Amino acid sequence: MTLDLSLLPDGGVSWLDASGDHAGIVLSTRIRLARNLEGFAFPGRARDGERLRVLSRVREAVGTAPSLEHHVLVRVDDLPSEDRLLLHERHLVSRELAGLDPQHPVRSGAAVFLGAGTGVMVNEEDHLRLQALRSGFALSEAYAALERIDEELGATIPFAYHQEFGFLTSCPTNTGTGMRASVMIHLPGLNATKEISKTLAGLQQMGLTYRGLYGEGSEVVGNFFQISNQTTLGRSEDEIIDQLMYVLRTVISREEDARRVLLRDAGYIIEDKLWRAYGTLRYARSLTFDEAMSYLSGVRLAVGLKLITGLSVYTLNKLLIFSQSAHLAQAEGRALTDSEANLVRARYVRQLLAEEAGTNG
Amino acid sequence: MLCDSCKERDSVVTLTRSNADGVVTEEHLCERCALERGIETHITQPKQPLADFIGALHKQLPASPHDSGRCGFCSGTLRDFRSTGRLGCSYCYTTFEATLRDWLRRIHGTSKHVGKRYQPPVPLVEEGATVLAELRDRLRRAVEQEQFEEAARLRDQIKVLE
Ligand SMILES: [Zn+2]
Ligand SMILES: [Zn+2]
Repeated sequence: MTLDLSLLPDGGVSWLDASGDHAGIVLSTRIRLARNLEGFAFPGRARDGERLRVLSRVREAVGTAPSLEHHVLVRVDDLPSEDRLLLHERHLVSRELAGLDPQHPVRSGAAVFLGAGTGVMVNEEDHLRLQALRSGFALSEAYAALERIDEELGATIPFAYHQEFGFLTSCPTNTGTGMRASVMIHLPGLNATKEISKTLAGLQQMGLTYRGLYGEGSEVVGNFFQISNQTTLGRSEDEIIDQLMYVLRTVISREEDARRVLLRDAGYIIEDKLWRAYGTLRYARSLTFDEAMSYLSGVRLAVGLKLITGLSVYTLNKLLIFSQSAHLAQAEGRALTDSEANLVRARYVRQLLAEEAGTNG
Repeated sequence: MLCDSCKERDSVVTLTRSNADGVVTEEHLCERCALERGIETHITQPKQPLADFIGALHKQLPASPHDSGRCGFCSGTLRDFRSTGRLGCSYCYTTFEATLRDWLRRIHGTSKHVGKRYQPPVPLVEEGATVLAELRDRLRRAVEQEQFEEAARLRDQIKVLE
């Protein structure tokens, strides 16, 4: 079986369209709920047959859930590793479900139901990971979509639930609401003005945490941060979302201030540096992923500061996803070595920017 | 004016910033030093986010007399949890309830769920049967593999459920 992502209702990437609130600074909002089925061992401990039975129960339940009507089932356990990586690069499945780490090879029964902006991972760390992904800053909207899915599935399949502890999860760091609400945000201004460590330390004091582009354990590249709640007990879903919203608004306005300060106090230096980033992306012949991310960060800032016009945030978002290795390999129709990928990446970036370059000075 | 950073070259820009108390400080930088602080792509962040720290906390779970117990459903132990950070099944939460309550308090500040309440759908007879079938399956395998201790334990568990 090979994967054709064009079969998905929106290619799985409608969140790239930059239509959401504060889309220049906030790339996307993601919420996930962890749920487990009563009467089955958690996927990490379950035997093959048990996980397959979980999948078939979920499949039945999905079939009767109106909010999951147009979702496509992808059997992750049937896919070759390139396709699993592709799904992960597109932020549709976690690293663990894709079986990308040697300590967590892909499990039998690993699957995902994908729809427009929502998805259900099956046999990840927990039996179910319900997720919603939205463009820009859209926490309430994302949660509303998830809540429906949660209620519809929970009315058909009994979830593991404890009167005191709430929803039970494989890792007790998720027990309670099972909720992780996160916002992907671009903070080059705070980094350049050295305010970033203070901001990050402040987040941690508020019970929030941050990660890089790909979640758990991933490094921060290109000034992209995923900010999310850390604890899942003692606060309701709405309280978690309200607090995250409040804190994020503060972070966004600090970032905006930092950008103003930069432009005012270091005007031509910044301007020069950002145009150089753009120039590199426009003309480089070989780019590593990290390099591309760094320069994209600069160009994104330049667009935000209106130094560069005529380049859409949508294009910048697309570059973020489609310049990753598995996406480049898919576009080329063959496996690429690292150095080949760097050449292909540079060519792809040049093409996409050239298409939009008409109005640039 | 000399650059505040390298104290070698003439300063060309002034970076103004205010701290949390509103105190404004100015820094005069030469072009090279300013560039270094310009659009940096490598972050001067605390190297270990809280998430990683909490993710590793299970290793600190203190040893307790309960450690010798096994979950009747998945046969997982607290020792397994300490090494992997994951529990084997939802029944582990009742088997190791006291230890886990302490641990939840330590990481979340409380063990009380105040979010959405949930009422599972009324289980059909079939579903209780699924759990039993699962246990019987395990029992059969335990006997086949001559794990008699495990088999005895599973037999008890099945008796309780029947
Ligand atoms: Zn200097
Ligand atoms: Zn167990």
